[in-house]
Amino acid sequence: MVENKRKLLQGNEACVEGAIYAGCRFYAGYPITPSTEIAEGMSVRLPKIGGRFIQMEDEIGGIAAAIGGSLAGLKSLTATSGPGFSLKQEALGYACIAEIPLVIVNVMRGGPSTGYPTGPSQSDIMQAKWGTHGDHPAIAVTPAYVQEIHSETVRAFNLAERFRTPVVVLYDETVGHMREPIILPPPGALEVIDREKVTCKPDEYFPYDERFEIPPLAPFGTGYRFHVTGLNHKKDGFPTNDSKQIGAGNERIMKKIDNHLDEIWKNEEVDLADAEIAVFAIGSTARSARYAVKEARSQGIKAGLLRPLTIWPFPDKAVTELSKRVKAIIVPELNLGQMVLEVQRCSKKAEVTGIHRVDGEPINPGQIIEAIKKAR
Amino acid sequence: MSTPVSAEKKEKISVPFDYNKYLRPNKLPHIWCPGCGHGIVLKAMLRAIDKAGLEKDNIALVSGIGCSSRTPGYVDFNTLHTLHGRALPFATGIKMARPDMKVIVVTGDGDALAIGGNHFIHACRRNIDLTVLVFTNAVYGMTGGQYSPTSPLGAIATTSRYGNVEPPFDTCEIAKAAGATFVARGTAYHTLELEKTIHEALAHKGTSVVDILDACPTYFGRMNKYKSATHMMETMEKDGTVSVKQVDKLPADKVQGKMLRGVLHKIERPEYCEQYASLVQEKAQGK
Repeated sequence: MVENKRKLLQGNEACVEGAIYAGCRFYAGYPITPSTEIAEGMSVRLPKIGGRFIQMEDEIGGIAAAIGGSLAGLKSLTATSGPGFSLKQEALGYACIAEIPLVIVNVMRGGPSTGYPTGPSQSDIMQAKWGTHGDHPAIAVTPAYVQEIHSETVRAFNLAERFRTPVVVLYDETVGHMREPIILPPPGALEVIDREKVTCKPDEYFPYDERFEIPPLAPFGTGYRFHVTGLNHKKDGFPTNDSKQIGAGNERIMKKIDNHLDEIWKNEEVDLADAEIAVFAIGSTARSARYAVKEARSQGIKAGLLRPLTIWPFPDKAVTELSKRVKAIIVPELNLGQMVLEVQRCSKKAEVTGIHRVDGEPINPGQIIEAIKKAR
Repeated sequence: MSTPVSAEKKEKISVPFDYNKYLRPNKLPHIWCPGCGHGIVLKAMLRAIDKAGLEKDNIALVSGIGCSSRTPGYVDFNTLHTLHGRALPFATGIKMARPDMKVIVVTGDGDALAIGGNHFIHACRRNIDLTVLVFTNAVYGMTGGQYSPTSPLGAIATTSRYGNVEPPFDTCEIAKAAGATFVARGTAYHTLELEKTIHEALAHKGTSVVDILDACPTYFGRMNKYKSATHMMETMEKDGTVSVKQVDKLPADKVQGKMLRGVLHKIERPEYCEQYASLVQEKAQGK
């Protein structure tokens, strides 16, 4: 067996390695700060392993080409940041309704608009869920460490293939540009899920067969000739005006996620067993929170951290359960109040307060310690 | 002036063509209005595909949004109906993943040149092996007859009630300037010529663009006082164009103000996917 490879990598570089590890063989995107290193890395790595990279003419072209590549059988990636994520939203919805697996990385920077391209932010949390129009499923993972960007990118590809849906990897500029030691796992160390093979006869194949919870997707050009559209469609992929079928299709793409929440949710808990004050945080903010919790503990305060690695679907169950046994939940986030609304929605008993910052600087442990002390 | 019909063409007409080999008959009737030229273009495309001997399994037909973009639904290939203006990047992704597949894009003039204009010029610039059929009816039909980037000056549309004041694009000139290596124009009126042109486009390696003049009697025709669909075809497609083969033989007044028809530009230039495979991948792999 190959030895683990220890390296010093930037978050965005770890994302590249994670994508390659997961079997990604096609990248299409457009340069944008602070995610560009992902495109640069993919352009170097992919041709060496028989993969393909293309720099498209714009962000929309990037995601559209990635969807095309995925439909033709290659695990595909596109990466972007705030403004580019806004531009990709229509096509993201297309991948949801057409059920095309895809991974989209959004390295969050300050907004709105061009905002603060080189500063960290967590202001696209709601966009990752509600950015595209219409009701649609959303899966978003939120790594906080360079090592985790690697493993969560792999998990994102797995979830995309498993649930036949686009998955967003969401992390802030601080984590994306941070350099940390990382162990690159050997093949086989992490689970890699490949697309389910279609084995039925071509005339028995329906790309949206309602007999399956998640119908398998036959790649284009493999003898299964079918139709794909962004219109509401029947099991054969052709558009329909039948209200029954429209409703059933729209509900199925939600249910295929909702029925498997335990498989998709992933949380890290730090010192929560006897905690009286809990902090709920993601990304670089969770790193500050971890430090703050340790510091509070050293001062005799029973603090703990709930750190979701899946932010969408929102970890309702974990938050509700936590809210029953802690006095307060503090939600530090680099925006003016997004995640805190969800925590408030799920909280049954605990008092929920947010710490918000949009000046382009990270939330520091001191701010969180102060809030913990205040909530005591 | 009637177009002379050669003996060869007569023979072709007499041979029945089995369109059902390529159609999805249970998806018909199509949504196109009576008198719309899209069906004629579809038939020409299918005959050209048949003549090219392409395998159905190996063809991806990709479209955007609009009347012409409904074409993929009716044909038995790998078919993809995408987003407004985005057929080309979707098609680019398919072609990159499967360079062995024949990827054909059907798009309208609004889809290709307005909302999708950026993708259009960049596909041409790359010279990626896609055949792009632009169904040019100078109007947004699906949304009810608004003016498009190819509507002539003065044309009446539901958003240009007093006459269009925007000068139109010449699709072929844009394609050529942007780098497409095969550029042609056909019309729904010149059906057999169109079939031949599409066949030539399919045989070309690189970005091939065929601008197809194709009337919308429902909106453009009614609003611009054409008597019928055939009147439109005769005025705009037959009398409004001149073949590149004849243009030098005709007096200037017979050519004035007419659009050129036929293969307008054809050059050899390295194709994008081949370049990627031979240049980028070989260098990266140290070959």
